[in-house]
Amino acid sequence: MLSRVARRIYWMARYIERAENTSRLVNTYHFLLLDLPRGTQVGWEILPVITGGYEQFTERYQHHDERNTVKFLLADSKNPASLLNSIASARENCRTSREVLPGHAWEQINELHLYARARVNDALPRRGRFEFLTDIIHRCQQLTGLLAGTMSHDHAYDFVRIGRNLERADMTSRVIDIGAVSLKESGESSGLDVHVWTSMLRALNSYQMYRKDVQIGVHCADVVSFLLQNDYFPRSVAHCLDQVEECLGDLPLHKDTLKHVRDVRRRVTRVKPHKLDAGSLHAEVDRLQIGISAIHRQIRDTWFS
Amino acid sequence: MTIDWKKYDPGECYDELISTPGYARAAARNLTSWLRSLSDEELQARKVDAELAIIDKGVTFTVYSDGENIDRAWPFDIIPRVMPIREWRRVEDGLKQRLKALNLFIDDLYQDSRIIRDKVIPKSLITNSKGFRKECVGIKPAHRVWAHICGSDLVRDSDGTIYVLEDNLRVPSGVSYMIENREVTKRVLPELFENNTILPVDDYPDRLLEMLQSISPSRRAQPEVVVLTPGIYNSAYFEHAFLARAMGAELVEGDDLMVDKDDYVYMKTIQGPARVDVIYRRVDDLFLDPEVFNPDSALGVPGLMRAWRKGNVALANAPGCGVADDKVVYSYVPDIIRYYLDEEPLLPNVPTYRCNDRQQREHVLANLETMVVKPANESGGYGMLVGPQSTATEREEFRRLISSNPRNYIGQPALHLSTAPALCDSTLEPRHLDLRPFILQGRDTYVTAGGLTRVAMKRGSLVVNSSQGGGSKDTWVVDNESG
Repeated sequence: MLSRVARRIYWMARYIERAENTSRLVNTYHFLLLDLPRGTQVGWEILPVITGGYEQFTERYQHHDERNTVKFLLADSKNPASLLNSIASARENCRTSREVLPGHAWEQINELHLYARARVNDALPRRGRFEFLTDIIHRCQQLTGLLAGTMSHDHAYDFVRIGRNLERADMTSRVIDIGAVSLKESGESSGLDVHVWTSMLRALNSYQMYRKDVQIGVHCADVVSFLLQNDYFPRSVAHCLDQVEECLGDLPLHKDTLKHVRDVRRRVTRVKPHKLDAGSLHAEVDRLQIGISAIHRQIRDTWFS
Repeated sequence: MTIDWKKYDPGECYDELISTPGYARAAARNLTSWLRSLSDEELQARKVDAELAIIDKGVTFTVYSDGENIDRAWPFDIIPRVMPIREWRRVEDGLKQRLKALNLFIDDLYQDSRIIRDKVIPKSLITNSKGFRKECVGIKPAHRVWAHICGSDLVRDSDGTIYVLEDNLRVPSGVSYMIENREVTKRVLPELFENNTILPVDDYPDRLLEMLQSISPSRRAQPEVVVLTPGIYNSAYFEHAFLARAMGAELVEGDDLMVDKDDYVYMKTIQGPARVDVIYRRVDDLFLDPEVFNPDSALGVPGLMRAWRKGNVALANAPGCGVADDKVVYSYVPDIIRYYLDEEPLLPNVPTYRCNDRQQREHVLANLETMVVKPANESGGYGMLVGPQSTATEREEFRRLISSNPRNYIGQPALHLSTAPALCDSTLEPRHLDLRPFILQGRDTYVTAGGLTRVAMKRGSLVVNSSQGGGSKDTWVVDNESG
């Protein structure tokens, strides 16, 4: 398999996943803010912080209000991580590797792109946002399902899964970070943590699975443990890393990358959520993200160049 | 209502299926009588089937407009064009003869230039040629073949004579559409294949692979063959992907290849570098290697020429073979055939007047209204004057162009291109067409059975290019005589 094709497929999968995650993040944050009492310090600004575009955001936008933040995250063509750009990048990577993908993948991704471009402005005011973002999420999931169900599960598909799971692990860690930061800013004992963590679970579509697993209620440490360490939930960091590890086993020259993944995985296992306050949780997430970036760089150097 | 062949009148032009209103040519009789058995509705239904099949199969070509490139469905006419096998065998022999001579010619130009010393063609013709690459002098490719894949355009005049209009030796395209046209016809007119012996065309990718393997410099049992494409923005990308898939070869872009210190070519794979033996390149000469040609080229592979000169990789077509793909050189092809093969040409050229010769130039200038004037080095129908359809201003413009750069122009009498019935709305009408067979030369020589027929879908139009409203149709070489 050509390195270029592997690279493009990997990025296509990452961008599809990123588009879905961004949509869900904006959607849940909207609902969280509706629940918080007026005057709470927590604002929309935190989203650009978490998704890594804060500097650019503050440079280009004077008012850090809801409308501008949502615009920056969804529709801004200069923000490389905006929803529209993620979808356009997924499409471009799909378009240039069509020879190894099922034909319908291209058609669906193209439709997704056209739909998002035509309708994104509906999502800027609160009224149309939910419907638009839910549609985007469904279309992304459809694509993921289409690839799983119609593409040969060969090396090319390994790169799809690796890309998707790394992106997922990355997003889950960022969501945990939002929880940590929100709590720190609103005061840990303000009684808000139930709302905050419930929202975070929703942002990862994991509320129901969490309740099935943990019956006693929504507590910070339990949620963090679930999102970080649960072996079975497909969006937990641990599960994503296990998936990546499984795919790596099939690929040639996997030794160094496998070692990186196992290192990060071990660190995740060793975290003790019950003993962490918001500040040390934030530091832990930071280390985890550095680990995920290192895995990405190792993949790039091994197979893409 | 069914088809009434008596109402179909090709006029003065030679028609490929109908000799005079109501009478089909022998090879086409099964086809025309079967078509007459269909009702109008049924005929239309088949047409719709063909359109759907083309969309389903994703047969597209790329057009550029407003800076965006768009895949368009391939325009296709369901009525096949028919040629009797006996006539085709003569054409086939003529094409083989032509490519053999052209390859001897190119090889000679890059070695001793005997043909120039013997004054068969003037030296200035070559030194002024846009396709001549001094970097290729002295190189001896496998089997001494430079042009491995050639697409020659054939046209038929009103008296029935088939002429070679031009030889495309650089990166000729269209062969994938020839194969797809047959696939579609089999789907929508299956009955016809039971009553006719039609030579198959789908062996082309195997023949191509065989030819490419035959020029491999390595002795590996399975030489690594790749198809080098400029990428998805190229108008022939569909074909590049099609041929790579059909041959089981990797479709690579310049970035996927590298030339290592050992001067071998490698492709970058997830297993690490893998050596490449043969490159079927669909990138123009000047973009092949930024170290030697256009330094800004991002499509090429730095060091590729070095690897090729050392004999470590084969390139098809070889760089520099475009020297024979020049309208002025074309006018010498009959002499070239006589010179190298000591044979008479089996296929005639269209009579051609060279504007760098004073007498011939004067003839062209005096007859602009009845002639077609072409620049020596363009393809795709660009920069041409079609005399009978030109305005006085256009003719003045060409008068000036020819006088200022006579080497760059040739003139040919405008031919009455032959026609075949095409399904237009609800009736069959004559439309002009040409034919592009593909010839392969490596260790052996091979010609496709028929080729790609391109049709000008507008009434009276002579422009067959798909970018300018042209369509295409399946081409049958039928062997109904041997039963």
